[in-house]
Order: sequence, then C-alpha cells, then structure tokens
Amino acid sequence: MKVIAALGRLWLVPVVLVAWEVVTRAAEQPFFPPPSAVLARMYEMWFSGPPSRLLLTDGALADLGPSLARLFSGWLLTAVVGVAAGIAIGCSPRLSDYVNPLIQFGRAVPPPLLVPFFLALLKLGTPAQLATIVFGVIWPILLNTVDGARTVDRQHLETARIFGFSSVQRLWRVVLPSALPKIFAGLRLALSLALILMVIAEIFAGTDGIGYRLLYTQRSYLYPDMWGCIVLLGVLGYLLNSAFLLVERRVLAWHRGARRTT
Amino acid sequence: MLTITDLVHSYGPHRVLGGVSLSVAEGELVSVVGPSGCGKSTLLRSVAGLLKPSGGRIMLAGRPVERTPDDLAIVFQDYSRSLFPWMSAANNVALPLRRKGLDRRRRREAAMSALDQVGLADAGAKYPWEMSGGMQQRVSIARALAYRPSLLLMDEPFGSVDAQTREDLEDLVLNVCAHHGMTILLITHDIDESVYVGDRVVVLTRSPAVVAADLETRLGRSRDQIATRQLDAFVRLRAEVGRLVRGGHTTEPTSVLEKQ
Repeated sequence: MKVIAALGRLWLVPVVLVAWEVVTRAAEQPFFPPPSAVLARMYEMWFSGPPSRLLLTDGALADLGPSLARLFSGWLLTAVVGVAAGIAIGCSPRLSDYVNPLIQFGRAVPPPLLVPFFLALLKLGTPAQLATIVFGVIWPILLNTVDGARTVDRQHLETARIFGFSSVQRLWRVVLPSALPKIFAGLRLALSLALILMVIAEIFAGTDGIGYRLLYTQRSYLYPDMWGCIVLLGVLGYLLNSAFLLVERRVLAWHRGARRTT
Repeated sequence: MLTITDLVHSYGPHRVLGGVSLSVAEGELVSVVGPSGCGKSTLLRSVAGLLKPSGGRIMLAGRPVERTPDDLAIVFQDYSRSLFPWMSAANNVALPLRRKGLDRRRRREAAMSALDQVGLADAGAKYPWEMSGGMQQRVSIARALAYRPSLLLMDEPFGSVDAQTREDLEDLVLNVCAHHGMTILLITHDIDESVYVGDRVVVLTRSPAVVAADLETRLGRSRDQIATRQLDAFVRLRAEVGRLVRGGHTTEPTSVLEKQ
C-alpha cells in the first residue's frame, strides 16, 4: 500500500517527461534534445559497462570518480573544521565577539568569486577546487554549530555542573549532542552547496570531473551529452540528499522522539 | 551537615533573601515551604553553588560552599530538561558515576540497581521521551540515588506531575531517605506536601525572605498517604504552616476550638 501511495505521488514526473519529449521533438532545436536522446547518451557514456562494475563504464569512473572524491573530501574536511570551530566559538562568548565580524564578512563573499584567487594562490586542479568547496560550505556548518552550542539548555549545563562532569564529558555528552540537530541541518545545506561548488570549481579550474565534462561537451556542441551531465548532477544531488536524510534519521532518532512528545 | 547563616541575595535592587538561617542534620529530610516568588529556588541554587549569594555563609560538611560541592545531587522540577534526551535512562543514571572512578560494568550495575529501587527495573533501555513524567522524575531520583551524595537537593520535584504520581513519588522519597539515611533538602510551595514528607518544615516569609518558623513534624518515619493525613498532629501542623505561608503568626488561633 505504501509503495502504491508513494508511486501515486510520483505521477507528475512521467507526465513532465512525456511533455518534454513531445515539445522538444516538435521544436527540433539542437539546443534542446529530447529526453530519450539524452538518456540514450547517458547510457552510452556512463551506464553500459560490465555488470561486475555495476554497469559503470570507464567514462563514468573518469567523470564521477574525481568529482565525488572532491565533493566528499571537501565536505568532510569542512565538517570537521567547521564543527570544531563552531563548538569553540559557541562555548566562548568572548571568542564569539572577536570572530563574529570576520564570519559575517567571510560568508557575505560569494564563494565562486574566489576561484581566480585560489587559482593564483594554489595549483590548478584539486587544491584550488578543494579550497573553493571548503570556503563555500563552511559557513552554514559553522554558523549552525555556533548557534547549537550557544543554545544548550541551561538546565542541562547545570546538571553537568552539579554532577561534576569533566570538560571533555561536558563537550561530548552534553554540548555536542544538544547541538547535533542544528549541526545536521548545517551539514545538509553544506552538502548541496558542495555539489554546486564542485561543478563550478571544475568548470573554472578543472582538468577532469563532471563539471569539466559539462564545459567540454558544451564547447564541442555535444548538446545531448551536455544535457546528460546536467541530468546526472540533478540525480546526484537528489541521491546525496536522500542518503543524508537516511543517516540523519538514524542519528537523531532521539530528537524526533523528544520533539514528538513535548 | 548543612548550615546556612544569614543568607542574603538580591537581583539588582530587588532583594529576595533577607537573611535566611537554617541547618540540616545528617539523615534529615527538611522541607522548605514559602509563598511563590519568595526566593526558595534562589536558596537552593546558592546551596548548589549555581549562584553566588550576595551575602551570608553556607557550610556543607564543615566546608564553605563556594563552587558546586563535590558530592551533592539535585532533582529539578523540570525533569524533561534535566535528563538528557539523547541517552537511555540507564546511561543517564550511569554517566555521573564516572567521576566516582567506577569501571563501565560497575557503573552499569549501580545504575540498574538504582533504577530497580525507584521501580523502573525494566526501563533502563528506554529513552526519557518514551516515558511518562512520573517515570522520568523517577529516573532523575535514581540518578541522584546512584550518585550517593552527602546532600540531595530537590527543587519542587513533584510540581509537574499529576496528583496520583505525586503521592507515589512522595512515598518513594520517604522510602529511599529512610533506606539510605540520605540527607535531603526539599523545596516546595505545597503546604500539605511539606508537612507530609518533612522531618522538619522550614517556612519562609514573602521576599525578602527570612525564616518564619522552623517546625518539627514529629510524625515518625513511616507515613501513609491516607492515615498520616488524618492524624491530629498532621492536620494541626498543616494549618499552622498554611497560616505562616499566608503571612500570619505562629500563635494557635482559638476560634475553631471555642466554637465547639
């Protein structure tokens, strides 16, 4: 029943696809290939490999591999740095007063604008791309963690004090878990930002990856291939978000439970 | 065990404690009652070292309280904000025991035994939000029990539960107090409760609060929700505390007796 209900909600997707197919076929514009042609190219480029490799072709590994590696390493690195710094800032009002203007300035700078700077400063390729991703996605993680660490329930902190928790215990057992719902909200936002910045970094400063492939196909007038890249990125974003929500639901089960009852 | 001398505290220009003096002997359960807003919680927070009073002295086990004392536990009124919702009941009880130097297994055993004593032997794996308010407050009490404090502070511990649960919890506290020889300072605004659970009842006046009376209940340690409340001694004491809380004097009014 649940499956049927879920499928029932998805009816708009095939409708849009069919409409798109009909319109693009009728228009016969080279810039707008019909979705069937795009899917066919996607299959040829990426998903016609041997079953032992989950049908992935060499092209898929060459395009997706470096991109995903950049995305995840950039995101994880930022998560560690952002959460650690955010907890420190959130726990210390004085530190917060000092760095707040810097944070406000830093997050107001649109991250793609820094690509030329990172290119001048760092090597073309992965270092400049990682710097772009880290600089762009750190803000939601940092700000949410600061907020989470700052708004720990006073009575939870007093309980920790009464029972003589060490500062490590207070951090790991009280402050971090309290801040976790907000940290996860920041991480999720950061994940979708990381995907965007990965593509931008690859377009500006890339020699491989999906972003680079996108630019290459556009310059070579391979429009079905270009559309294939766009669709692949959309699907990737959707899958990443779904996977993240799955993890979040497990880690924050207590939070959902507690919110339901109070 | 605990001696409070001339405790004064002001929030800005507003003086809440106007010189409170009281003492609690070892193994005693003293209830502090007073009109709402009279500074009961301020008194308790000062004893817990959560608040630095403007003046006066608090001695616990012969040492002045300057920061939070080492072996003191507290049961707050608002259990939902005192227990950690990201931990099971057993972990909530076991976590403070780390500083006692117990290993993981012994902490676990102590937590289970404390949960057993409050009648929650099977609820160790449950999370606070899976429990009723009364159960959560029992976990809170179990956490304090397992910690074996020399002084247990209770801040309106039964203020947020329904009447039936409240009676159960009152008896639970009387039980564990007798069983462990625990020293307890309990704060309440409920006159009936202050008399029912206390060995002594300390009545505070309106703020700036001073001690209006310090009365021994003399009801014995074994009490019963129905029978004890019918005793003459209980009824008389409750009436007296009631008058004091409303700002009257300790003198026995004679009107009721004269009419008979």
